[in-house]
Amino acid sequence: MEKKRKFRLSIHKMLRVKDLHAEIGGKEILKGINLEINPGEVHAIMGPNGSGKSTLSMVLAGNPAYTVTGGEADFCGKDLLAMEPEVRSHEGLFLGFQYPVEIPGVSMMNFMRAAVNAKREYFGEQPMSAAAFLKLMREKRAIVELDNKLASRSVNEGFSGGEKKRNEIFQMAVLEPKLSILDETDSGLDIDALRIVAEGVNKLKTDNNATIVITHYQRLLDYIKPDFVHILYKGRIVMTGGPELALELEERGYDWIKESADAENK
Amino acid sequence: MNALQQYIDLYRDHGRLLREKSCETLNAPREKACTDLQNMALPRKGSENYEHTDLQELLAPDYALNIARVPLGVNPQATFRCDVPNLSTSLFMLLNDGWAETDISRRNLPEGVTVDSLAHAAATMPELVGKYYNKLADPANPLAALNTMLAQDGLFLHIRKGVKLEKPLQLVDILQYDVPLMTVRRMLIVIEDAAEGKLLICDHTQNPDVKLLNLQTIEIFAGRNSHFDLYDLEESTENTTRLSTLFLRQESGSNVLIDGITLFNGTTRNEYFCSMPEPDAELHLYGMGIEDLSRRLDTYSRISHEAERCRSNELFKYVVDDSSTGAFSGRIYVAPGAQKTEAYQANRNIVGTDDARMFSKPQLEIYADDVKCSHGTAIGQLDALQVFYMRTRGLSESTARMLLKQAFMADVIEGVRLPALKDRLRQLVEMRFSGTQGSCSACHNEGCRI
Repeated sequence: MEKKRKFRLSIHKMLRVKDLHAEIGGKEILKGINLEINPGEVHAIMGPNGSGKSTLSMVLAGNPAYTVTGGEADFCGKDLLAMEPEVRSHEGLFLGFQYPVEIPGVSMMNFMRAAVNAKREYFGEQPMSAAAFLKLMREKRAIVELDNKLASRSVNEGFSGGEKKRNEIFQMAVLEPKLSILDETDSGLDIDALRIVAEGVNKLKTDNNATIVITHYQRLLDYIKPDFVHILYKGRIVMTGGPELALELEERGYDWIKESADAENK
Repeated sequence: MNALQQYIDLYRDHGRLLREKSCETLNAPREKACTDLQNMALPRKGSENYEHTDLQELLAPDYALNIARVPLGVNPQATFRCDVPNLSTSLFMLLNDGWAETDISRRNLPEGVTVDSLAHAAATMPELVGKYYNKLADPANPLAALNTMLAQDGLFLHIRKGVKLEKPLQLVDILQYDVPLMTVRRMLIVIEDAAEGKLLICDHTQNPDVKLLNLQTIEIFAGRNSHFDLYDLEESTENTTRLSTLFLRQESGSNVLIDGITLFNGTTRNEYFCSMPEPDAELHLYGMGIEDLSRRLDTYSRISHEAERCRSNELFKYVVDDSSTGAFSGRIYVAPGAQKTEAYQANRNIVGTDDARMFSKPQLEIYADDVKCSHGTAIGQLDALQVFYMRTRGLSESTARMLLKQAFMADVIEGVRLPALKDRLRQLVEMRFSGTQGSCSACHNEGCRI
């Protein structure tokens, strides 16, 4: 009976990362990441600068600039690391960029239409009609209060910092991912923008999807309540706790974690 | 052996026939052009202005020339229809180097606008044509001299003083023959003072299997305060060689736009010689080249600011893929005394593969001290982070690359001053990059898409 329950749990795992190692330019950044995420959960990953937080998000999303040198990642029962970035997207992985990329000359509308239809094609569906697409855009824009005029502009070009981050959440809303990785979505946001972005994320949350929030500050976690907080340091998750861990970090800084992790390593 | 010699010999042997089938105005400068050619050596590949084009090689093949003006037995309208949604033009056609009468030729044009076969115009209006013909072409330019020696027909466009032509003119040039043929096209464009007009030239090759050479020389006179746009769109084949030399003279206050668009080609050399001898003229010189397979595109431009307060804006963009080659050499010359000149030049390029090559040489030569000038070039790859960003949203790598290449051309397309052509061009560029459309070689009888 006990065994059976375990088995049932395991097929419900959304993401299971085991001993993940990755490098860029010959430098090893991730040195054995272990992470498990279930549907309905919100995980926060915190850690000092240079600990590998953004690298983890890039590797999970499949940035070809990074090389995976060891370990595995299973996403909804499939080998994540074997998939092209676009397939990861179709399968339900979304990365909200810390620095959303500007693409002059490519309009938001064309970009999103291409994205939506690429996913439909992957699942053997017909392209979305123009009317249905416009309706979808309207609905999803409302979630993050994104101005209509941004839709006619080039992707992220001339957007303010807040608009760029809202645009990320807007795209997330359109693509309806199973797992969203939000990389420092709070950086560069004022309080109002932070609230709008966080509310957008909360509106999109269901029992069937999950979120990884990468952040430096506890502040964002006041709005997006995590179930788990992981501390990343020198390419490893050195501590995992509940929301209270983030509060403790806010109070004590990272030094005590660095010390204990470094001591353990020795 | 000098590749020019065969043409000089041809002229020496058959000059009489050639002259008989032409008229006095066009015949007048032939002899001198022949002498000039005799005294010049073709520039070697690698020499200053011909670093990446070997005229010797391009002119060496034994091409047929139709100096006897034998009708080549092709009815262009049976095989070729032009139709652009929303772009209503007055349509004219050149079949190889002969004028093809279209239904609307010379009809429906406003008073004061002449669009005609150059041969016909030179015969019926010798004074008008003679006043301008071969007055801009540089006798020392081998391609122009060769054209002058051999040209028998082409386009004559004249817009009389103060006449504003609303409807754009469209000239469809078709190369089609069963054996290697050299076509000698000559275009003379005279826009008188305060006149306005726009001309779109669509340069097509219909027979993809035969080596064809298009040797064309264009002379443009833009009078005071005139406005003129020339869009020169090449959609030919890999077997086509195009050697085009354009001479432009702008009088004071004139505003000219020249846009050379190469969507499909074989080997192309486009030369632009633009001079602004009077103050307050404005020139926009744009170009784009989309090269793949082993196509070659070489642009040479020289913009001479010779008077005060002239403005020029030059922008050329290339995308070179596969094992294609692109070259750009541009020079802005600012003469002594040409104060308050504003001249900007930019050449930006994307090299898509390891085997593709791009060469760029932006040059400024300034002899006045109160000017604003810039020149610059950039050669690079598509931004890997942009590609990745798009892929994380589900776009395939090839779609992402295609959209980025298209976006790269956006500012050149933005420069087009004909809204309907701008839309059409955006579409053509999209289709070109996505490979959903072949060149003329693939479409055959479907007709021109512009």
